Amino acid sequence: MDIFLEYLKVFITGGLICTVGQILIDKTKLTPARILVLFVTLGAIFTAIGIYEPLVQFGNAGAKVPISGFGYSLAKGVMKEVDEIGFIGIFTGGVKATSAGIAAAVVFGYLASLFAKPTIK
Amino acid sequence: MNENIAMNDEEYSDYVEQKAKKSPIAKNIFWAFLVGGLICMIGQLIADICMFFSISKEDSSTISTIILIFLGAFLTAINVYSRLGKVAGAGSTVPITGFSNSIVAPAIEFKMEGYILGLGSNMFKVAGPVLVYGITSSVIIGFIYWLIKLFM
Repeated sequence: MDIFLEYLKVFITGGLICTVGQILIDKTKLTPARILVLFVTLGAIFTAIGIYEPLVQFGNAGAKVPISGFGYSLAKGVMKEVDEIGFIGIFTGGVKATSAGIAAAVVFGYLASLFAKPTIK
Repeated sequence: MNENIAMNDEEYSDYVEQKAKKSPIAKNIFWAFLVGGLICMIGQLIADICMFFSISKEDSSTISTIILIFLGAFLTAINVYSRLGKVAGAGSTVPITGFSNSIVAPAIEFKMEGYILGLGSNMFKVAGPVLVYGITSSVIIGFIYWLIKLFM
């Protein structure tokens, strides 16, 4: 029962974050690209002011998998690194914390594009 | 009944369009919520499986991200993700799988223009801005945080 509840929380948190994105697409003229940029930036800012961490505690992957979770990792990483090594951490922390994701996106993105056949529309 | 049958093709497609536009937002939200929630649950499942094999919580989360990025890229390459996107909208754009979709989709489209300026540069048509604003935010946040710590 516990695990069921955990996954329900993940589902609801992730679903709601995507719903916010969908409402923005439908109600405003924001394109999906702008939604992605907006969500990353907001994820980072909300993490910095301490309101995204509770969401991660509640929804776990539901808050980490949406692109706002990328902003969360960037902000959390940079603050952790500033704590540990000081000034240089401002520049190393964010990318260091998200390096695996960035490298995976570049490499898998490249390989997938390389092997895919262009679709005729 | 007879009125409907009397419509020609053009009138009929107008009629369908009118009907279809009636409640798109509620439907869009339903699908965005469902698909977005499900993708997050897959992410949680991968992380939980990793933790089951006694991988640390942090590493499990990283592995889950990498696998989701791979899945997003792979499903875009075999033309499944764009079909999902038509139904799911933000439910497929907002999760990290949508980020890798945003890398692969334009790269495939511009592949014809060559491997450097076609494929290579168009990979970052959407991902580029995401990285620019994301990394810049993190440096600004880091700087402010460093300043606050300096004076406290």
